[in-house]
Amino acid sequence: MNRKLLNRFYDRGFLFVGIFATSISLIFLLALLLDVIADGMGRLGWQFFANYPSRKPEEAGILSAWVGTVWVMVLTGCIAFPLGISSAIYLEEYSSKNWLTDIIEINIANLAGVPSIIYGLLGLGLFVRFLNMERSVIAGAMTLAILVLPIVILSTREAIKSIPPSIREASYALGASKWQTIRNQVLPSAMPGIMTGVILAMSRAAGETAPLITMGALTYVAFLPASPISSEFPYISIQGLFDAFTVLPIQIFNWVSRPQKGFAIDAAAGIIVLLIITFVMNAFAIYLRQKYQRKIRW
Amino acid sequence: MKRLVISLITIFAVCMSAKVYAAAVIKIDGSSTVYPITEAVAEEFQKVEKGKTKVTVGISGTGGGFKKFCNGETDISDASRPIKPSEVDLCKKNKIEYIELPVAYDGLAVMVNPKNNWVDYLTVKELKKIWEPAAQGKITKWNQIRSNWPDKEIHLFGPGVDSGTFDYFTEAINGKGGASRGDFTASEDDNVLVQGIATDTLSLGFFGVAYYEHNKDRLKLVPIDDENDTNGKGPVLPEYDNVVKGTYQPLARPIFIYVNKKSADKPEVKRFVEFYMKKGAELSKEVGYIALPEKAYPLGLDRFEKRLAGSVFGGHGATVGVKIEDLLQKEGK
Repeated sequence: MNRKLLNRFYDRGFLFVGIFATSISLIFLLALLLDVIADGMGRLGWQFFANYPSRKPEEAGILSAWVGTVWVMVLTGCIAFPLGISSAIYLEEYSSKNWLTDIIEINIANLAGVPSIIYGLLGLGLFVRFLNMERSVIAGAMTLAILVLPIVILSTREAIKSIPPSIREASYALGASKWQTIRNQVLPSAMPGIMTGVILAMSRAAGETAPLITMGALTYVAFLPASPISSEFPYISIQGLFDAFTVLPIQIFNWVSRPQKGFAIDAAAGIIVLLIITFVMNAFAIYLRQKYQRKIRW
Repeated sequence: MKRLVISLITIFAVCMSAKVYAAAVIKIDGSSTVYPITEAVAEEFQKVEKGKTKVTVGISGTGGGFKKFCNGETDISDASRPIKPSEVDLCKKNKIEYIELPVAYDGLAVMVNPKNNWVDYLTVKELKKIWEPAAQGKITKWNQIRSNWPDKEIHLFGPGVDSGTFDYFTEAINGKGGASRGDFTASEDDNVLVQGIATDTLSLGFFGVAYYEHNKDRLKLVPIDDENDTNGKGPVLPEYDNVVKGTYQPLARPIFIYVNKKSADKPEVKRFVEFYMKKGAELSKEVGYIALPEKAYPLGLDRFEKRLAGSVFGGHGATVGVKIEDLLQKEGK
């Protein structure tokens, strides 16, 4: 009887420790949010999104920064996903176990732990200097793509691994080839997991400052990359890929270090926008996961 | 899947192909100390040009900026100290010639907490005693600096070791750039230093005077005496007159832009530099720096129009005790 009571006591105790641990991180997040919102909310408005940076804090805005962030994010996605997902498929489905795949796997696991500033140096040396891309949107996107590649690969592999072998076996039994099995069974079922990993990787990329500063992304940019849709034939322009850019975290970083108090308010407002972007992306990840999960019936 | 592969290949092909890009962009990078002035000039310049010319400004630091500049990657480099021998060599190797133009003065302010009622002034010798490498772990109390000061701990704050400000301060006070005690609170973000000094009654720290200007109510400025009566008797504050007259020594320094001589032939760069020299005084004051005397800007412009390459400091890097008059005389030659 006593034993039972004690066990129940431990049970309760553990529950409280768990709730306490969770609430600590929540309280800090909430405090941070409230502080930032109190500082920056008043600054948020149409002007803030439509203005370029300025030496006058009241006139400064994040137009070039948020457009730059959108450009870089979209491109990073376009580069990192096909590469990451196909490498994961290869490693998980096709590669045979030998020393080469061992090396590749160890490398990917290591790359996931490399500090992000190292990727900035890589971007500077490889893309900006060696491939002569200058400090353009595409060079920044490729740097970030390499940065998030290990995350995409690892999460995709996990997602593929979680597909029960019976699904595959059933597909083979019905005469499907290997590619057909991957294409029609494995990938769709792994999609929720892949999507979650991919979008978490993206929101990490959205907040990265160090690699882009190292790579040489600029701080003061008062123009936008050329629009991808042009009025002349062939109506699609890749000019924007080669334009200079800045991103939200860099703009915030710059404002935080300025002496004028007005810039601190601008920085707080910028942080709110960045947080919203991250939240929206994460919400989108959850939505996609739910949507795909509903389709799967085993 | 097929589409993905094709788009991937396209992206790579585009990147590998020859450069598609060629529009009037002026590329500037370098010191974060000079950044606010260059940003202000770039902002006004782009308004005047009405979208004809684009200007980009980065903050890689003086050293990082010169690395890019001497690689031919930028048109103009912001610098909070004159060019160093290693950078001169790099530029020479890549056949980059440069025109050096001083744009403003930056004073380093030494500060304590407003509740500190014992510090009335500091001499350069006392500063050296506090900050020299040998002071590490030894000079830890205020009464070790002057015996009538309280027997309380001293808490030191300063910029990070990678900044030009730190380089200059150590050069000016300890006699060797970068030589300093290591046991102080360092931050690359001067606002962190402001916060530290404002909340700690036993603190002492230094940073650019612009940060003092915007936090006057939270900091107490310390006058500095270099015990050399020829450039101002007694302790001196980093105020406009003192910096311009050269009496706030050795903690005031000129800051520069370096223009690539080849880029100077591009009409948009030429227009930008001319605009910089015309508006430099007004805009540097507006963003919290001390403008050079009126006649300095036309002299700089003259130097630019004549395309006089090289540094008047002989490429020795951080130079202490440069008076504006000397600078102008050298510039005039």
